[in-house]
Amino acid sequence: MTSLRHRLFVLLLAATGALWLCAVLWIYVGSRIELEHVLDARLQEAARMVHSLVASGNVSPAAATAPFQEAGYEKQLSCQIWSLDGRLVARSSGAPEANLTQENEGFADRDIGGESWRVYTIVDAQKGVRVAVGDRIGLRDRLVRDLMLGLIGPALIIMPLLGALIWLGLGRGLSPLNRIAGEIAARDGDDMRPIADAAAPLEVRPLLRALNELFGKVDAARRHERDVTAFAAHELRTPLAGLKTQAQVALATRDDQARVSALRQIIASVDRATRLTRQLLTLAKLDAMPILGQREALDLGLVLEEAIRDCKTPPGLRIVLDPKLNGLAVRGNRECLHLVLRNLHENAVAHTVADGTICWRAMPDGAGIMIEDEGPGIAEDEMPFVTQRFYRTRGTTSSGTGLGLAIASVAANRLGMQLTIANRDDRSGLRCTLGRPPGMMSFP
Amino acid sequence: MRILVIEDDPILSDGLRVGLGLAGWTVDTVAGCADAHAALAAARFDAIVLDLMLPDGSGLDLLAEMRSEGDATPVVLLTALDEIADRIRGLDAGADDYLGKPFDLDELAARVRAVARRKGGRADPVLRACGIELDPAGLRAIVDEREVPLSRREFAVLSALMERPGIIRSRGELEDRLYGWQEEIESNAVEVHIHNLRAKVGRARIETVRGLGYRLRNSSS
Repeated sequence: MTSLRHRLFVLLLAATGALWLCAVLWIYVGSRIELEHVLDARLQEAARMVHSLVASGNVSPAAATAPFQEAGYEKQLSCQIWSLDGRLVARSSGAPEANLTQENEGFADRDIGGESWRVYTIVDAQKGVRVAVGDRIGLRDRLVRDLMLGLIGPALIIMPLLGALIWLGLGRGLSPLNRIAGEIAARDGDDMRPIADAAAPLEVRPLLRALNELFGKVDAARRHERDVTAFAAHELRTPLAGLKTQAQVALATRDDQARVSALRQIIASVDRATRLTRQLLTLAKLDAMPILGQREALDLGLVLEEAIRDCKTPPGLRIVLDPKLNGLAVRGNRECLHLVLRNLHENAVAHTVADGTICWRAMPDGAGIMIEDEGPGIAEDEMPFVTQRFYRTRGTTSSGTGLGLAIASVAANRLGMQLTIANRDDRSGLRCTLGRPPGMMSFP
Repeated sequence: MRILVIEDDPILSDGLRVGLGLAGWTVDTVAGCADAHAALAAARFDAIVLDLMLPDGSGLDLLAEMRSEGDATPVVLLTALDEIADRIRGLDAGADDYLGKPFDLDELAARVRAVARRKGGRADPVLRACGIELDPAGLRAIVDEREVPLSRREFAVLSALMERPGIIRSRGELEDRLYGWQEEIESNAVEVHIHNLRAKVGRARIETVRGLGYRLRNSSS
């Protein structure tokens, strides 16, 4: 059952019904005992009255047994007077002909003519009579039944009314939930604003808080997805737009110098697109590679030298290599290592000031290696995003594709290494550390 | 017309500077929001071509700022995002038109012309005044039903005068129209162009208002 209202309704109705039933049972048992008690006392009293009448001799036994009649429960009491020698002296009208009396004085349950009787007997040896007054147990049962019906009858009428009241009450009680549900249902898929929980009932607030948290997460995830798409679209389409514009300029201009300049720009544009394509293919290849796949023993110093040779270093830029890097042994995929080192170096070169220094260093205890540049560093709020594809930090010139650090990060991951990017402590540039993953004792 | 291109990609930016220049306009280029603010504060532009994603901020934010400051310069947005929702966002932020990258240079020029024309309150794409018809799209001038060849600069001066015939244009205003920041202004350039124009469209049509500037007037009057 999914409806809270139905559920509560059934529970409340069942609980109320059970309470009623218990009450009825209690009253039934209680009344029954009380009734037995009262009726037994009446039997005894009636027997004594008849006996006293007979004993005083003022009244004939037949007359003494006559008045025991009541409206509604007629012939409830029956009276018999027997002589001690077993002769029926008198009996009230409606009393059975069979002998109700018993040997000893007191109460007894008797079965006479298929009917159960409750009988009180008085034995008077002096007068030689036995007086018995009895009533049918069936009648007693009817009395209790009528009493119970009197109780249950109104209950049966009240029950539907009570049900209706509970149903309406639940509706009112649950209306804040309905209001919130309506508010959420009325939203379109893009509306991720939190729901105001100040007006909500105390019980619903944790649910609302959880919902709001979820909304926040979904919103952030969506925004991130949109950002990545936007960055990618920008990086891929802008060079194409430049290419097309320059081509149209080359076609349209009548100035030879302008045409040559446009054609040069087209070549630069194609070079840039080639680089972007190469990087995208590299990423695709890295994505398909297993982590810690094919491994070989490598000399990190040699791979680094090769990587640095592959990058164009502008004149004026100083590159410092820690001698401890020479012969530093690592195990891993040569291509991946080359990619990490080259992209880190390219990134450093792109951001270091014209006459600055780039420094490659081995960390103590073989914990890894690091590269430090003399660039602007990265704003702390942008730090989590810099290894995302196509992410470009604020203020970056458009020479990059936004893929370099992404490639370095994925390649490091495939090598089983940890790439950490942080600003230098004195904020004089960026420090990228390539180290052993947490939990591993040595650099792989 | 003087156009401001706000685009950070150097190759595209260069292409726009030269390409829109071919349409007879003076084009200034900046690469970011900060430079754009400075440019907007320094000069009046007839239209702006704005890239959405700039290195130091969003073009949309820049646009919203401009509009809130009461700058009504027509803006054509350039963006790599050309989904409908992005277009709607751009137009609702105050853009006058929208083009997805990569675009056609001629289409961009036409759209810039269109938004500039609407800003000037004209529906007719051809400027007509004092017996001269000027077609900005074809860079053609027809004077007394005879086509007159004009240089790019002459065309710029004449269209500045024709946009509001009878209104005086100062030399400084005309210089602004003719030269971007990247260009060196020769001291008597405007006079030279006016002189050449007079020879082509009729001496009486361009009147010198001493100490103030130049204005167009009917040659018959």
